[in-house]
Amino acid sequence: MATSNLVEVQDVTFSYDERQVLKDINLVVPRGKVVAIMGLSGCGKTTLLRLIGGALFPNRGEVRVAGHVVNKLRDAELFALRRRMGMLFQFGALFTDMSSFENVAFQMREHTNLPESIIRDLALMKLQAVGLRGAADLMPSELSGGMARRVALARSIALDPMLMMYDEPFTGLDPISLGVIGQLIRRLNDSLGATSIVVTHDVAEALELVDYVYYMSAGKVEFQGTPDQVRAAELSSLRQFVYGEPDGPVPFHYPAPDYRQDLLAQ
Amino acid sequence: MMTRKELDLWVGIFAVIGIGALLFLSLKVANLASFSAADSYQVFAKFDNIGGLKVRAPVKSAGVVVGRVGEIRFDNESFEAVVALNIDGRYQFPKDSSAKILTSGLLGEQYIGLTAGGDSVSLKGGDTLKLTQSAVVLENLIGQFLYNKAAEGTEKK
Amino acid sequence: MTGRIAELLRALGARIVNNWIWRLGFACRFLWFTLKESGASFRRFHLTIREIYFTGVLSLIIILVSGLFVGMVLGLQGYDTLVRYGSSEALGVLVSLSLVRELGPVVAGLLFASRAGSAITAEIGLMKATEQLSAMEMMAVDPIARVVAPRFWAGVISMPLLAALFSAMGVFGGYLVGVRLIGVDEGSFWSQMQAAVDFREDVLNGVIKSLVFGVAVTWIAVYEGYDAPPTAEGVSGATTRTVVTSSLAILALDFVLTALMFRGH
Repeated sequence: MATSNLVEVQDVTFSYDERQVLKDINLVVPRGKVVAIMGLSGCGKTTLLRLIGGALFPNRGEVRVAGHVVNKLRDAELFALRRRMGMLFQFGALFTDMSSFENVAFQMREHTNLPESIIRDLALMKLQAVGLRGAADLMPSELSGGMARRVALARSIALDPMLMMYDEPFTGLDPISLGVIGQLIRRLNDSLGATSIVVTHDVAEALELVDYVYYMSAGKVEFQGTPDQVRAAELSSLRQFVYGEPDGPVPFHYPAPDYRQDLLAQ
Repeated sequence: MMTRKELDLWVGIFAVIGIGALLFLSLKVANLASFSAADSYQVFAKFDNIGGLKVRAPVKSAGVVVGRVGEIRFDNESFEAVVALNIDGRYQFPKDSSAKILTSGLLGEQYIGLTAGGDSVSLKGGDTLKLTQSAVVLENLIGQFLYNKAAEGTEKK
Repeated sequence: MTGRIAELLRALGARIVNNWIWRLGFACRFLWFTLKESGASFRRFHLTIREIYFTGVLSLIIILVSGLFVGMVLGLQGYDTLVRYGSSEALGVLVSLSLVRELGPVVAGLLFASRAGSAITAEIGLMKATEQLSAMEMMAVDPIARVVAPRFWAGVISMPLLAALFSAMGVFGGYLVGVRLIGVDEGSFWSQMQAAVDFREDVLNGVIKSLVFGVAVTWIAVYEGYDAPPTAEGVSGATTRTVVTSSLAILALDFVLTALMFRGH
C-alpha cells in the first residue's frame, strides 16, 4: 500500500508519567522531502522523533512509518524497520571505544554477512561522502565536535536508510561546520532518495534547507507551511521564534512578585 | 586500541596462568593426584572408640598411605563404631591384619595404621578386620596416670 | 504522637518498597534479559574475549600483588601464633586453608568489585549518558546483547581464575616468608599442606564461591551501569553503589556459602 507519505503521525497523545508532552499531534512527512520540526526546548520535538523510531509508544493515536503502525510491531519487525531508518543524535553518540571507521562499519558488521573487504570499501565510501575519509582511523575523542557529528552522519547512512532523522544537528557548531552539515543533509537526502526529518531550533539554517516546516509549541502543532510561509507568518508566537524577539508570547521575565515589593522587603 | 590479535594473546595468557594456578592448587597444595578411588576395595573395621578419626583420613601401613577412610557409622546393636576403609587395589593384606587408630605427632590428626598379619588368605572387598585397637583417649590416659600415681603413693607408705 | 510515628513508618515503608524492592525486581528481570540475550556473547566470542581483557587481564596486577602480600602476612602472623604451641610446621596448612577456603575468593572478589566492577558500571553508565545505547537501539542492535551480556560473562569467567591466582600467589608468599625467611622446614610445610587441603572440600568449594561472587559482582555492576541516571552525578553515584553493594553481597554470600559447605567439619 504505497502512500505518498512516508511518516504519518495521527492524533498522537503522549505523557511522561503525569506530564503531558504531546497533545493530539497530527503531521505527515511526504516521501523524498526534508521536513523540519521546530520549537522551543521542551515542546516535545525530540519525543516525537522517539515515537517515530519506536523507542516510545504513544498513549493514544498512531504513528505510521512506510505503512507500518510502529507501536504495534513485534520486536523482530521493529528491528527490521529500524534497519531502514537512520538517526543522528545531538552530539553524535559515537561509540567511544572504536575508531571512526569501525563506527561507520558497525551496522554493516552487525546486520550483514558481507566480507570484510566489501565492508571496508563501503565504510570508506560513506566517510568520503561526508568528507572524512582521511579521519577513518581517528578515535572519537580525537575528533572535533563538527567532525564527530559528520562521522555519526556517515554511520547513520551506512545501510542507505529510507528515513533519516536528525536530532538538533546544528547545535553547538561553528559556522563552517553548520554550513557543511546543512549541505550534507540536503545532498544525502536527494542522492539516497530518502526522506528526512530535522528537529532543530536553528531557524536560519532550517529555513534555508528544508521543504516544509512544522512549528510546535507546548505539545501541539501551532503552524505548518513552507519556509516562505513561515517567514511571512502572522502568528505572534511564531514571529517571536523566527525573528528572535526577546519579548512576546514567551515573556522575558520569569514570573516573579512585584519588583518594588521585592526590593523594599528585607 | 588493541588489535584483536593482541587482545586474544593477553586473554590467552590470562586463561593459561589462571588454569595453571588452579592446577597448582589442586595438585601441589591439595591432594588430588595422590589417591584415586577408582580401583580400590572396601573392608570394614570395628572400634570401641574412634577418637578423633575423620572421614578421608589416611590408612597407612609401614608409614605409607595405602588407602583412605570411607564411611564412619555407629552399629546400634553392638554399640561399636564401624569404619569403612578404602584400600588401594594394588595392595593386598592378609585376612588377620590388624587396624590401630594412631595419632600423627602428639596433637596431630588421627589415622589408621594397618599391620599385616600372617594369614595366607588375603582380605577382599566386604571383609571385616578382626583385630582392632581403639584410639587413645587423652582423658582416660590422664585418669590412668593419676590413678597409678596414687597407687604408688599408698604402696610406698 | 502516634500520628508522627505512623508517618515515619509510612515513609520508611515507601522508601523500602520504592527503592529496594522495585530495584531488586527490576534487577532480576534485567538479569533474566542478560541471560536470554547471551547467545551472541558465545557465538561471537571475540566480544567476550575483549571484555575478559578489560576485566580480568587488567586486574592481574592488583590481584597478584595483593595475593602475595596477604600470603606473606599470613605467614608472619601464622608463624607467630603456631610457634607458641610447637606447631610451626603446620604453617603451610594454616596459610593454604585460609587462602583457598576464604581469603582467596573473598579478597579477590572485593578487589575485583572495586577495580573491574566499578569500571564496568562507569562504562555502561557513560554509554547511556552519551546516548550510545540509544543509538545502538536505533540501529536495531540490542544493547543488552551487545554491551551488557559480554561484560557479564567476562566477569563470571574471570573471577574464579583471579581467585585461584590470588590463592596461589598467597601460598607462594607464605612459603617465601615461612620457609625462606623464618626457616620452617620446607618438607613439612608442603607435606602437611597436602595432607590437610582436600581438593573437593577446599579447592573446589573455593572455586564455587568465586563463581558465585563473580555472578553477584558482575550482575550488580552491569545493572547499576544500565540503570544509572544519565548525568555525571548519576554515573558517579552508580559506581559507588556498585562497589558498596558488591562488597556487602560478597561478605553476606560468603557467610551463607561457608555455612553450607563447611558445616560438616
